Amino acid sequence: MLTLLLRRLVLGAITVVIVSLLIFAGVEALPGDACTAFLEREAQGALLEKCRVDLGLDRSAFTRYFEWAGGAVRGDFGMSAGGTERIATLVTDRLKNSALLAACALAVGVPLAILLGVITGLWRDRPVDLILSTSAILAMTIPEFVSATVLILIFSVWLRWIPGIVVAPADYPISAFFPEIILPIIVLSMVMTAHILRMVRSSVIEVMASDFVQMATLKGVPYWQVVFRHALPSALLPAINVVALTVAWLLGGVVVIEVVFNYPGMGRMMIDAISDRDLPVVQAITLIVAVTYVGVNLTADILTMLLNPRLRTYHMRRR
Amino acid sequence: MGASPLIQIKGLSVGFTGLSGRTLPVLHDVDLSVARGQSVGLVGESGSGKSTLALAAMGYLKSGLRLLNGTVRFDGHDMFDQRRTGLEAIRGGQLGLVPQNAGQSLTPTIRIGKQMAEALRLHSPLPRADHRARALELLEQVRLPDPEAIYRRYAHELSGGQQQRVAIAMALAGDPDALLLDEPTTGLDVTTQAHILDLLRDLAQARHMAMLYVSHDLGVIARTCDRVMVMYAGEVVLEGGTRDVLRAPVHPYARGLLASIPKLADTHLPVALEGRPPAPGEGRTGCAFAPRCALASDECRAAPVAMQTAARGMQARCLHHERVAALPLGGTGAAPVHTVRDGPPALALEDLAVCYARPGFWDKLTGAAPPVATVQGITTQIARGETLGLVGESGSGKSTILKAIAGLLAPLAGTIALDGNTPLPPLVAARRPAQLRRVQLIFQNPDDSLNPRHSVAQILAQPLKLYHGLGGPALRARQEALLEQVRLGAHYLDRLPRQLSGGEKQRVAIARAFAADPDIVLCDEVTSALDVSVQAAVLELLNDLKAAAAATYVFVSHDLAVVHALADRVAVLYQGRLCEIGPTAAVYGRPSHPYTEVLLGAVLEPDPDAAPRLLTNDAADLAPPATGCPFQRRCPRHMGAVCDTEVPPPRSGPDGHVIYCHLPAEALEADMAPGGTAS
Repeated sequence: MLTLLLRRLVLGAITVVIVSLLIFAGVEALPGDACTAFLEREAQGALLEKCRVDLGLDRSAFTRYFEWAGGAVRGDFGMSAGGTERIATLVTDRLKNSALLAACALAVGVPLAILLGVITGLWRDRPVDLILSTSAILAMTIPEFVSATVLILIFSVWLRWIPGIVVAPADYPISAFFPEIILPIIVLSMVMTAHILRMVRSSVIEVMASDFVQMATLKGVPYWQVVFRHALPSALLPAINVVALTVAWLLGGVVVIEVVFNYPGMGRMMIDAISDRDLPVVQAITLIVAVTYVGVNLTADILTMLLNPRLRTYHMRRR
Repeated sequence: MGASPLIQIKGLSVGFTGLSGRTLPVLHDVDLSVARGQSVGLVGESGSGKSTLALAAMGYLKSGLRLLNGTVRFDGHDMFDQRRTGLEAIRGGQLGLVPQNAGQSLTPTIRIGKQMAEALRLHSPLPRADHRARALELLEQVRLPDPEAIYRRYAHELSGGQQQRVAIAMALAGDPDALLLDEPTTGLDVTTQAHILDLLRDLAQARHMAMLYVSHDLGVIARTCDRVMVMYAGEVVLEGGTRDVLRAPVHPYARGLLASIPKLADTHLPVALEGRPPAPGEGRTGCAFAPRCALASDECRAAPVAMQTAARGMQARCLHHERVAALPLGGTGAAPVHTVRDGPPALALEDLAVCYARPGFWDKLTGAAPPVATVQGITTQIARGETLGLVGESGSGKSTILKAIAGLLAPLAGTIALDGNTPLPPLVAARRPAQLRRVQLIFQNPDDSLNPRHSVAQILAQPLKLYHGLGGPALRARQEALLEQVRLGAHYLDRLPRQLSGGEKQRVAIARAFAADPDIVLCDEVTSALDVSVQAAVLELLNDLKAAAAATYVFVSHDLAVVHALADRVAVLYQGRLCEIGPTAAVYGRPSHPYTEVLLGAVLEPDPDAAPRLLTNDAADLAPPATGCPFQRRCPRHMGAVCDTEVPPPRSGPDGHVIYCHLPAEALEADMAPGGTAS
């Protein structure tokens, strides 16, 4: 068990290293560097040389990769290209904001999705299932910017309940984002709920038709106990991985939503960094997103294994 | 209360709504009653409605099914006119169910102990504090070793026999007055099956329970029931005392069914029933069996046949039951073909060993002891035209040997040689097409082995194109000839596997194997997934092909009677080691290895007077022992230290009959010591 955990951790670390190499190589391959971007038209001759020496860009790519990667491990991503700010401070604020949005969306979306998924699964093909399943498909197919715009139109323009965009800068405390954050949460949980709901529904249907659920019924176990004690533990296991993917997606920055609502999260930062050609920031964000994906998926796999007795025995036996 | 039966079903009809919108019945006007202390068997083939009937007795219908007519009463309660709470009190309480597949019927996420405690919480009057003790007591009662350990386990951590015992213990938790048993032993080894049936019999007697057994296996019914009801196409066609029904059945279907069961004492092949049963819900005018019946007259086809009282108080749904009774019992089947030809052996195995567990990088680094091989020391030769049967319980390595021959598993050691001297590369990937052509495999389940999106023509064309380069009219002619050979018409070429019945699918699988024109055909439990009457037809077909195509078979089966019917030589395997090998008659006769004796003793025959001979304490081992005789831990004739430490020597008899045992031949000749057997 412990060996398995260790093995998965090592594999995850290798993935992250490979991703970091790819990011670094990708940025290296681009024409120009921080100095050409910073000096713009004056980027030539002695000035350019001096800038490069100052920033250490004259050294070999090999040395610079290790310097960058070594810094990243310590949480130090260097300075942003444009100015004097440390990337770490910038990213921390943005990450905090993205995490806030993700946490709120998850807190709303996951319980709702599981509840509705179980309801649609248990009442399969009944009116309640038809209505909810159709709405889920609608929620999935409508592009986020459309639903976001419609919500702004209704709640901000017509009803004037909630402001349509976030005005607080990134480094403001959490409380500054309420109530503006409510609309992005609604849009995000709509998409998320739809995905998880459909998965939970089909899983519930499958498990409710299984032999052990029939057996529990014929053992005289009351219906709701059959559902909660016998069926749901098996039916909800596959949901863990879908939720994990959603978490990674949310933390990685939901670009469209953040742009529409002017929300200062990772997605917006990414877009801004790309348009400013702020390559160190792009590098840092990409790396953080990669680590998040690996970490969240690893957690989900381990959770699934811990909660599924069959997998648990399988791995114990192997080691 | 004593006078009225506990379970009483009257005029029950159950059906579903077909795609056309019409109501299609799957049970037609069924009557059934079981009294306290009585055990009734429901026999029939798949699709006969026997399981539907048993579940209906609990007031339960699978989704899609509807009650059309009739009543189901349990102890006076109408099971289809109950509130949910009423049903919940009866189910699992007074009326227990032992499900068909215990492995899938136990909740995978809840420990056995908790599931037992749940049953007690719902149905037992005992205070909660005593539940644990009671659960352990029940587990002990179904003769599970180490109940404490079982209590803490999950279902998947138990063997098939243990899971079935747990399911029985759980059914007993509610202290039931009646037990429904839906194929309680299907899928278990013969020895486990015999033990579980004995256990159920004892329990029924001790608790004076009413039992309703559902089974396709007349041997199981013969062992356990007082009365038998034979079902065909959703109707009861014959009802009577077990002895009468098995000895002198007065319905032609029951007769055919009985004749299609292979028996140990019979050297002939079982006789197949012609035709196929109507699909559930198919319309009918007269007797449902008339299209397959040799005695059918116009009268039979004109109107539904009512139950008739026949000889010895049997009830038969047959107008000609008197003529049926006068027929000789069990027409003799074809004689098995034995065509051993001279020349080099078709296949030679030399000291074959197979191991699933490969030492990983970590094991090599730490120098861990190598795992004990799954199969070891298999040396034998198979002559051209010969059939070698491999028998043994699950885990005996019989399928593993087939996989190694087919090149699906690389052997750990030893050689596999064609013609006795051409060694085959260990894995399929390394074998040349000419070598691949010569070894063909037929799988247990044709549903899995035939591509569902390929038509029969495509399925047969693949080997023909690949190995023989056929095309155009020649291909078509060969396809038709192959179908002819497996007794399917040319019109089957355009069908997809799902449009075929189980037996027809297996015929297509056989035709595909023979399309390659193989020297050796490996048969892996090819009849286990089929109904007995269909199984008889497939055995007949394999036998005919043996005569026509001089096929050499390696035939794996857990069913000793099936192997007996077809094989020329038999190898008995335990834990992947040879126990006994020799001509069929010699292996099934005396002298024999103690394990062969145990296996043969556990076979259930459809004969009310035959009782299996069982070992008192019998449980299969999980892994082969590191030294000595593989059967040491279960052997009723264990001799002491020599069995545990030394590999038993081969004791040779006439005709290449070899027994691997420390006991001298004279001792093996004698019957088992009485101390080692149970009644």
